[in-house]
Amino acid sequence: MSSLEVLNLSKRFGRKQALNGLNITVKDGEFMVLLGPTAAGKTTTLRCVAGLEKLNGGSITLDAEVITALSPAERDIALVFQTYALYPRKTAFENMAFPLQARGWDADRIKRRVGEVAALLRITELLQRRPAQMSGGQQQRVALGRAMVRQPRLFLMDEPLTNLDFKLRVEMRAELKRLQSELAATFFYVTNDQVEAMSMADRIAVLNNGELQQVDTPEQIYDHPANLFVAQFVGSPRMNTFECRLDLDQRALISADGVLKLDLSATQLTALSAADAKTLVFGCRPEDLSIAEKGMAVGTVYVLEPLGDRTFVDVQVGGQSLRVRAEASYRAAEGDKVGLDFDLARCHVFDAQTGKTLF
Amino acid sequence: MADITLQNVNKSFGAGIPLAVNDLTLNIRDGEFLVLLGPSGCGKTTTLRMIAGLERQTSGDICIGDRVVNNLRPGDRDIAFVFQFYALYPHLSVRDNIGFPLKAQNLPAAEVNRRVENVAERLRITHLLKSTPGRLPGGEQQRVALGRAMVRQPQVFLMDEPLTNLDASLRADMRVELKHLQHDLATTMVYVTHDQVEAMSMSHRIAVMNNGLLQQVDTPLNIYRHPQTLFVGTFIGSPPMNIVSGKIMGLRFVSDDGSFWIDLPPAAQKYATHNLQTYFGVRAEDLTLHERSAAVKGIPGVIRIREPLGDETIYIVDAEGQTLTIKTPPRLRFKPGDNVNITVNHQAIHLFDKTSEKALLPERWSDV
Repeated sequence: MSSLEVLNLSKRFGRKQALNGLNITVKDGEFMVLLGPTAAGKTTTLRCVAGLEKLNGGSITLDAEVITALSPAERDIALVFQTYALYPRKTAFENMAFPLQARGWDADRIKRRVGEVAALLRITELLQRRPAQMSGGQQQRVALGRAMVRQPRLFLMDEPLTNLDFKLRVEMRAELKRLQSELAATFFYVTNDQVEAMSMADRIAVLNNGELQQVDTPEQIYDHPANLFVAQFVGSPRMNTFECRLDLDQRALISADGVLKLDLSATQLTALSAADAKTLVFGCRPEDLSIAEKGMAVGTVYVLEPLGDRTFVDVQVGGQSLRVRAEASYRAAEGDKVGLDFDLARCHVFDAQTGKTLF
Repeated sequence: MADITLQNVNKSFGAGIPLAVNDLTLNIRDGEFLVLLGPSGCGKTTTLRMIAGLERQTSGDICIGDRVVNNLRPGDRDIAFVFQFYALYPHLSVRDNIGFPLKAQNLPAAEVNRRVENVAERLRITHLLKSTPGRLPGGEQQRVALGRAMVRQPQVFLMDEPLTNLDASLRADMRVELKHLQHDLATTMVYVTHDQVEAMSMSHRIAVMNNGLLQQVDTPLNIYRHPQTLFVGTFIGSPPMNIVSGKIMGLRFVSDDGSFWIDLPPAAQKYATHNLQTYFGVRAEDLTLHERSAAVKGIPGVIRIREPLGDETIYIVDAEGQTLTIKTPPRLRFKPGDNVNITVNHQAIHLFDKTSEKALLPERWSDV
């Protein structure tokens, strides 16, 4: 298995700059997820690594070997897409055996290898079925198996779970992660689904508009987003944000509508006064807010969203609509007045112009 | 304003094919937000289309308010049907899009304007009335589509997965808006979805359907806490409820292979002597992880997978031959390979009969 280094990667489509000097390193045996919205440049990055797109600049190195000029076949990389792309007339076994036959393996060796991989994927009993006789999840396992049989140096995956229904997706997430760690394989995985990224990745690289926003562990990305984009893209429901300004005399943040006043700690105050940002955006996740009788602020319940294991409460405070995570048993009526507490040690402030996190 | 009653409604799409809707009896209350929830092919959309009059039931009666509407055309049923929210006329302004259904009824222009402006104000899109919808972001387009449905002041709103094509964060916002709006208007709403989060978060009551059969009708929290069938228990909740196959022996549930067992609450006493074949069910948040120690009694397990989601962390744990999914607060740090003990919240155990797949424990036992 291998490490991947993407150095200064640039790619243009006509006049559109899809990627602009992208640097990403995936360590040997790492599960790296490239996360971003549609058209962020994720798939382009993956296709450049696979050799399916020509670069306009930069280099791609696999195990200290520059592979930029190699054809896709010479790179020894496996690709798994969201469409399974299985041969419809071949059985699962034949589909999985195909890459090995193409390499001239003998029948016994192929049988052994496909058997091993099938056992790992728990599809041994499906080997004689054709794709039409299998569910989507089973087909995706076969597609994975076909990628795995030849022990490639690197696995590239482009939203492989997108076409599966919700339950299967949850199951396959755990399955993929188990496989990756059992194989100690290097995975470079593209998705726009932040739950997939959080739950599977060793590290996440967040991409937007062709530019890398942050590379870090899921917890760090969630707890310490580098900027407003990352803060809002990761987390569901998304982080509450509103514009505010710094009031040095009161040592507090005041919301743009003047309704909310949040007292700052000395360190927070220092961070903000040093930053000298014109306008600020305050951010707090739903679980960092709580309904409290004598809260820091008073709001009105707009909507209650019970989900069974928790309830989200939408509270309006002045012009701000804030989503609060509450216990499953929380009860209130629309229009009720409630107090709100902020866990300020876990909240964030961003520079509204640059989006940069100030704390 | 109206309630809707379906009485023994059947829908067949041909001999030899299972009934699309099978003997459905359901009362939707005046002003209620009712969600029809189920997987694709469960009969939920067919039910909605029968209420709308777009599909004729094979047998049974449908009433809206005090009228039997069996023989009424869709246009005479006084309902507004909203499919995907995007079907706006791209070349018309927002004002004309919203006013369209009224103009079709030949209302005077002044009346049309008054009602359009009233609706726009409610939806907070007054400033957009002159724009054309093509240039608006998705959320605002949805509000315009909603406005067009509202402007006729129908007795009933029918919606078929209107949020499906939106991205996740917009969908979350629209859920809130739609729920608030329905509360505000107090117009009866029947809403079809396969998304249990939408169903849970928006509805007053959920009607869960599967294979044409109504499984359960109840409030979101009762559906979540007291599922009456195995299907409801496993369809609702994310991650899905843990299910172990086995039987009741004495006051104990034992898995098929005998290696996983758990003592049952007194409420299960009446099954104690039957060796009844059952499924044991427990939700991911009703299991708790502890470091392995002699001090904690519990099911021994080994952490397989850790899925940090930010606001909570999910662990997949091998325990006595079973794979259990456990939800924990985010800052608990176990690693794959760690030995743990698992305790079960006995107040939150579910048991389902293997043959009928019906819940065995009384609905309210855990609340007592």
